[in-house]
Amino acid sequence: MIQLERVSRSFQVGDQQVTALRDINLAIAAGDYVSIMGPSGSGKSTLLNLIGLLDRPSSGIYRLDGGNVTDLDDQQQAKVRSEKIGFVFQSFHLVPRLSAAMNIELPLILAGIPPAERKTRVTALLENYSLTDRADHRPDQLSGGQRQRVAIARATSMHPAVLLADEPTGNLDQATGKEVINLLELLVEQKVALIVVTHDPAVGGRAKRQLHMVDGKITSETGQAK
Amino acid sequence: MLFPDLIRLTTSSFLAYRMRSFLTGLGIAIGITAVILLTSIGEGLHQFVLAEFSQFGTNITTVQPGKTQMQGGNVGIFGSSRPLSLNDAEALRHLPYVESVNPGLMGNSDMRANGKTRRATVFGEGRDFAKTFSMKVQSGSFWTDEDNEQARAQVVLGAKIRQELFAGQNPLGSYLRIAGQRYRVIGVMEAKGQILGMDMDDAVFIPAARAMELFNRPGLMEINVSYRASTDLAAVTRVITERLTERHGREDFTLISQEQALEVLSSVLDVITFAVGALGGISLLVGGVGILTIMTMAVTERTAEIGLLRALGAREKQVLVLFLGEAILLSALGGLAGLALGIAIAQGLHWLFPALPVHTPWLFAVLAEISAVSIGLIAGVVPALRAARLNPVEALHAE
Repeated sequence: MIQLERVSRSFQVGDQQVTALRDINLAIAAGDYVSIMGPSGSGKSTLLNLIGLLDRPSSGIYRLDGGNVTDLDDQQQAKVRSEKIGFVFQSFHLVPRLSAAMNIELPLILAGIPPAERKTRVTALLENYSLTDRADHRPDQLSGGQRQRVAIARATSMHPAVLLADEPTGNLDQATGKEVINLLELLVEQKVALIVVTHDPAVGGRAKRQLHMVDGKITSETGQAK
Repeated sequence: MLFPDLIRLTTSSFLAYRMRSFLTGLGIAIGITAVILLTSIGEGLHQFVLAEFSQFGTNITTVQPGKTQMQGGNVGIFGSSRPLSLNDAEALRHLPYVESVNPGLMGNSDMRANGKTRRATVFGEGRDFAKTFSMKVQSGSFWTDEDNEQARAQVVLGAKIRQELFAGQNPLGSYLRIAGQRYRVIGVMEAKGQILGMDMDDAVFIPAARAMELFNRPGLMEINVSYRASTDLAAVTRVITERLTERHGREDFTLISQEQALEVLSSVLDVITFAVGALGGISLLVGGVGILTIMTMAVTERTAEIGLLRALGAREKQVLVLFLGEAILLSALGGLAGLALGIAIAQGLHWLFPALPVHTPWLFAVLAEISAVSIGLIAGVVPALRAARLNPVEALHAE
């Protein structure tokens, strides 16, 4: 479903050209569970942003669901992000002034889904993630685990094909982190492609496919590909 | 994104920073208050002055002796033009469109009755004076004789003269001595009050021929012609000019119509209203700077949120609209508060000082609110564009 062919990404920092990704070839299928591990600066976040269409490759081709999405303009990128991609971040990234329910509703609002359908979906998501009694709470009234559950609910509200998680357990204690990983892994069973970027071998080690990156290259893949 | 959601989202940030939103809106509110207050007073003044000038009716055109040149004004007294006579006035009476004609002049004289003396304005007028100027006679009536040299010594009293010289008695039929001559009182005017500083009640009205004799003037100061309301002014002007030119052999007189004078006056007053409104507009600009400042801060503070919105599928345009929406909400609410405050203060002033005329036309209120919203829009554009153009990756990692 995700296909990267000889994808590179370089940045201009001052008068220096910094290459964050070099000739990445990668194919990920629906229902794949992939972790990307590597030291800081190895390019794993850049790769995640590229796959999430928040960024564009400097060279190479990116296909998503068979379509070439390498050179989409802002509006087309936004549409693909809205329909196919969900994000979960280390620092949750909830909007502090909105209730848990409205945070979950946000992608649906931006996509212009009619209010009646939004209500059904949000109610179901609150139920699924055991947040029903927290629906009206603002993020600062929620625990870390609850916040990340809101974030996952939000990421899945548009039924994305790909879920990108950037250090999803980085701000959580071990028990809560494990709980969050379990929730993410449940999505794999629903044929969502889950890609987790992490420092934590305990988290990364659970994935079926484990990619290791150094200096903008995928140096090894362990586990078995589907 | 649906419109109600836009409202919901912008309102949420408005409410999240209540104090800040209040203060920013206050800036706009003060600006709108100033604009509304100043234009209300300007417009009140406008209407007051126009009402003063038009209370004699607006369908009046006045003939004065002498041709007004581009500069130098009326040369009637020193020039070689023929004076306007009672016969001139009579000649205009039968022209088409004309409803009534009044020959007029004025002066000052002392007058005596019941052993009391008073100095007051003496108006020499025609028999149709009250009709021409829509003035009311309280008791008795004006003379009905033709306006000619043989006019009898009759007088109509202003309300104040009646009070001062004939207190507690019915003056009709009594005599009033003006400059030593005996005039029989045949009418009393209704109280009219002051008009542009001239007390119409502290005056008496006598036939124009008598007044010319009294003040030793060769002719009238003016002839007032009232015409039918539906008539075109140009047509009236044409027939009067033709008739008088025929009589005088050349155009040695000037026509001044109330309508034109009022138009000029009105446009001058409009400029004044606009000018004071523009002064108030300066404070509105300051309010706009406040919005610009707060929105710039908001974009900086909420950079991560902007990145998140983009990651959740928001287009650049949606981010733009969200931030513009906040700026407009601030200015629109500030504007409404300013409208309420401005109108309240204007009415309060009017209540405290009834002599101060205030008037707030709906159009001004609507225009003020539109300018408030426009200011918000303009002030919001730069920060909102900045928000929309943020690189989503960098924005997401701003903490």
